Amino acid sequence: MNLTIFRYFLFLLIITIGSNNSANGLDFNYKQPDSQDSITFNSPFYEDNERCFKCHGQNKYEYNNESLGRQVKASMFSERIINRNKFYQSNHKSFSCTDCHSSDYEKFPHPGELRMEQMYNCIDCHGNDEKFAQFNFEEIESEYQKSSHFKLEEEGFSCWKCHGPHDYKISIRNTSNLKETILYDNNICLRCHSHYDQFQLLSEKEEINILQKHEWLPNQETHFKSVRCIECHTMVNDTILVAHLIKPKVEAVKGCNECHSQNSLLMTSLYKFQSKEQRQDGFLNGIILNQSYVIGANRNEYLNIISLLITGIVLIIIVVHIYFRVIRK
Amino acid sequence: MYLYPIWVRLWHLFNAILFLVLIITGISMQYTDMKDYILVVGFARAVKWHNIAAILLTLNYIFFVTGNIFSGNSRYYKIEKKNFFADLTAQTGYYAFGIFKGQKHPFPVTLEQKFNPLQKLSYFLAMYVAMPLLIISGLGLLFPETVINQFIGISGMILTDILHITMGFFLSVFMIIHIYTCTLGARPTSLFKSMVSGYHEPENHND
Repeated sequence: MNLTIFRYFLFLLIITIGSNNSANGLDFNYKQPDSQDSITFNSPFYEDNERCFKCHGQNKYEYNNESLGRQVKASMFSERIINRNKFYQSNHKSFSCTDCHSSDYEKFPHPGELRMEQMYNCIDCHGNDEKFAQFNFEEIESEYQKSSHFKLEEEGFSCWKCHGPHDYKISIRNTSNLKETILYDNNICLRCHSHYDQFQLLSEKEEINILQKHEWLPNQETHFKSVRCIECHTMVNDTILVAHLIKPKVEAVKGCNECHSQNSLLMTSLYKFQSKEQRQDGFLNGIILNQSYVIGANRNEYLNIISLLITGIVLIIIVVHIYFRVIRK
Repeated sequence: MYLYPIWVRLWHLFNAILFLVLIITGISMQYTDMKDYILVVGFARAVKWHNIAAILLTLNYIFFVTGNIFSGNSRYYKIEKKNFFADLTAQTGYYAFGIFKGQKHPFPVTLEQKFNPLQKLSYFLAMYVAMPLLIISGLGLLFPETVINQFIGISGMILTDILHITMGFFLSVFMIIHIYTCTLGARPTSLFKSMVSGYHEPENHND
């Protein structure tokens, strides 16, 4: 009896000592995953770019006002501030600022007409280019044009709202830490959808509370940490890595079985491009087990067989026992 | 012979009902599929009722353990170390052969000995080993943030779930055997009636 009690508490201890890192609600703070990048990457345009970062790399800048004949300190407009570290970790880290922006910006004060400068979109550079064929930007563009976000283009929505040209870093394709990638990707959505000051710039809808809207979701926090928003809010497309067709909210996945099943939706979205080498044998949809555990989707085939065998043997023994009881009566 | 007090019968009744709900909803979650539900309820409903039944089962289990401590009922579960294997063999031999030859029960039910050695062992393993493991692992799944991320290089959630479904499976098999062995009383229905009335029908009333 004492041994049983000891086992009981030992297991209770093992099971509860773990990562009590749960927070009340969502933790929207994103930690830089690869801070080493900013150290190891040497931009060939570092010096050139630094001329821009000198003012655009921080909240305040200083310039010599010739009319006043003195140095003037001023605050930088928040949307014009570029984080140097994030830029040198981003997909566009090898760029010179003037690859995308007019070389006229090299003059200071900047010419007024540059305010009307036409910005590039993803497809302008990445479309119809063999080098980027694997990403299928043309299909991404086509999906985006069918999505709910595209309807907001007139209000100022563009690719850049989610994929900041100065900080976006591709993550899902070669991630070694899926949880961090999920956090990074979800923060892209939450930047507008959980911050009304950003949201109202593009929409006239009333403020929504993400946590309340998802109250129906059991173990909400675990779900938010384990899957991306787009798992439920996009239409899966087999030809592209990340679905870009954001569905209207009424069409969002709300059925548990979509993920918690043998044919889990997660295998065509979150775990789509994980390699077979990482598969854990014996489990259905075993790739998920490297990062998570989904009840219903991760059944162990060996345990299934063993359980069926044991049940079968027990039932046979009972039937044989009944048979002998009847004939020996 | 009055053998099953009212609190034991009530605990047993709730335990049986809740366990059936947990088996059905548990299988539903484990074997759920996107479109076809064969003999199972939908995942969302299964989760809800599994959680409700599990919490009630846990409370019922606490009631059982407490009742056993204070009523002295736990003495029936005490396994005798003396002749442990010999007694087990005798009881197994009776179930396997003796019962068909009309032999006398090697361990007849008395007020002092409610369970035979095989019952004692299986009930002890079910109620004091499998049930605590089932409940604790179930609580881990109910509150996944409390489960350790990794244990010996394996996901804590996988270990917790495998422990849970394995214990759930063994207890389900135990339940099948338990129901069948309950037909081995004086009459096939005697022991079922005992769990309603509380009175045990002695075997010599048979035939």
